[in-house]
Amino acid sequence: MSLISFTTPASVLQRRPARGSTDARSRSLLPKAPVPLQRLVGPILLLVLWCVASGTGWISPAKMPGPDAVAASLAGMIGSGTLATDIAASLQRAALGLSIGIVAGFALAVAAGLTRLGDALIDGNIQVKRSIPNLALIPLFIIWLGIGETMKIAIIALGTTVPIYINTHAALRGIDRRFVELGQTVSLSRAGFLRHIVFPASLPGFFTGLRLAVTQAWTALVVVETINATSGIGFMITQARIYGQTDVVLVGLLLYGVLGFGSDALVRALERRSLSWRQSLDQ
Amino acid sequence: MAPVARPVSRAAGRSEPPAVRIAGLRRSFEGRTVLDGVDLTIGRGEFVALLGRSGSGKSTILRAVAGLDPDVEGAIEVPERRSVLFQDSRLLPWASVIDNVMLGAHAPDIRERARAALREVELGAKETAWPKTLSGGEQQRVALARSLVRDPELLLADEPFSALDALTRLRMQRLLQRLCQRHAPAVLFVTHDVEEALRLADRIAITAEGRIVHDQPVAAARGNPERLEALRLDILERLGVSGD
Ligand SMILES: Nc1ncnc2c1ncn2[C@@H]1O[C@H](COP(=O)(O)OP(=O)(O)O)[C@@H](O)[C@H]1O
Ligand SMILES: [Mg+2]
Repeated sequence: MSLISFTTPASVLQRRPARGSTDARSRSLLPKAPVPLQRLVGPILLLVLWCVASGTGWISPAKMPGPDAVAASLAGMIGSGTLATDIAASLQRAALGLSIGIVAGFALAVAAGLTRLGDALIDGNIQVKRSIPNLALIPLFIIWLGIGETMKIAIIALGTTVPIYINTHAALRGIDRRFVELGQTVSLSRAGFLRHIVFPASLPGFFTGLRLAVTQAWTALVVVETINATSGIGFMITQARIYGQTDVVLVGLLLYGVLGFGSDALVRALERRSLSWRQSLDQ
Repeated sequence: MAPVARPVSRAAGRSEPPAVRIAGLRRSFEGRTVLDGVDLTIGRGEFVALLGRSGSGKSTILRAVAGLDPDVEGAIEVPERRSVLFQDSRLLPWASVIDNVMLGAHAPDIRERARAALREVELGAKETAWPKTLSGGEQQRVALARSLVRDPELLLADEPFSALDALTRLRMQRLLQRLCQRHAPAVLFVTHDVEEALRLADRIAITAEGRIVHDQPVAAARGNPERLEALRLDILERLGVSGD
């Protein structure tokens, strides 16, 4: 019997050099490969613009203090240690609420996506919750849970559950039937089916939900920290507003920006690692 | 996978019971009858090609035998260990090549066997690759390895090579031939390609109007160009293609 060879003759593989001065690759429809930290270019440009605008006196320091004033008050807050306390308090609330939201959203999505009973009980309720703004629930939550930490974390948790649920559920429902058939032909057990097909297939949706949930967590934080808080970035901003300290307000906004950007980058990195089998624009 | 070659006994099925016995298979979709009493027997280690026009029910028969169609009526006797080869390679994109090969298989030495199966399809070096990075032919070879690692007594294939280019298809046919000689499963191979059927099969069955309308041994004609050509024309004619 003859041995089968799968090598292709080298002549077939030889590439013709691109003609003219343009590189053939530059005509690709895809965006060019990202340079490291390219996403920082936009924010940095904005900072530069701010420096120029306040340096030349385009904007009044009373309405919008310059970078030097903001930097000075930032340094003061770092020195006195209040900044660290506020960031820690905010991070803790966001992390706790987000963690509960992730677990709840994922568990509900699996229950609703894979069982008829779960679908009957859960899906309608989530769709209803989806159309009620989170902030509209605050008065009710204050009556039920008081004005302490529990209420704050419950609001964040509820707000993050929804995007995790919606996107994970959509991915679960969209699983390719051909893979279900494949599972049958290789006699996968129920557990094996979940592990090898259902969970990996729902992971892209889960990550989309996670990115929305992280944003949602920070947004909710701003609001709940204006209610009876004694620490946190939101508290810091509320206090500064009362005393007319525009520079401190800006420090707070800056912090939200940095934390939001940082957490999104973290989730993206996690997503890239977990979904490395995908060859998408993100690679 | 036992590397020990089993002797290929094409005449098997006389002393032993056959690998597959299908009788009176019926299936209709929304009142339209697609299978109307299909009878088919496949001996152990026998390679049967199922030919027929598009829409004549080939895939429906195969899905029924694979156990994928709960609504089919009739008697189906099949061995416990069976594998399915689909037209698309149907690899899980999130699992590495070797994890795809091992999917659902449970033997204690499964990893070793999966490696051996990948070597058999000449993809030993691609063990940890993602399926998306492979060519169409390579993906179908992984699917072949996944089918063989279960050491099937019955291999079911639904036009597995029809999406491949002509050269790759030819290579895949020779690979399948070699692997079938080594592992000797019974094979039910759906194809619309007469040449492929003549090249691979011991027997050719033709479907039309919901039945097997013709059942023809091939092996005897092989090696005799004139008889093979006559057979080819005969089959083409039965499929409704004039022979010129
Ligand atoms: N799930 C289905 N629902 C409705 N009709 C179907 C379904 N599967 C197959 N059919 C019909 O049954 C007939 C036979 O299909 P199939 O077995 O796929 O043919 P073949 O594989 O020989 O081309 C076709 O007319 C097809 O439209
Ligand atoms: Mg078909």
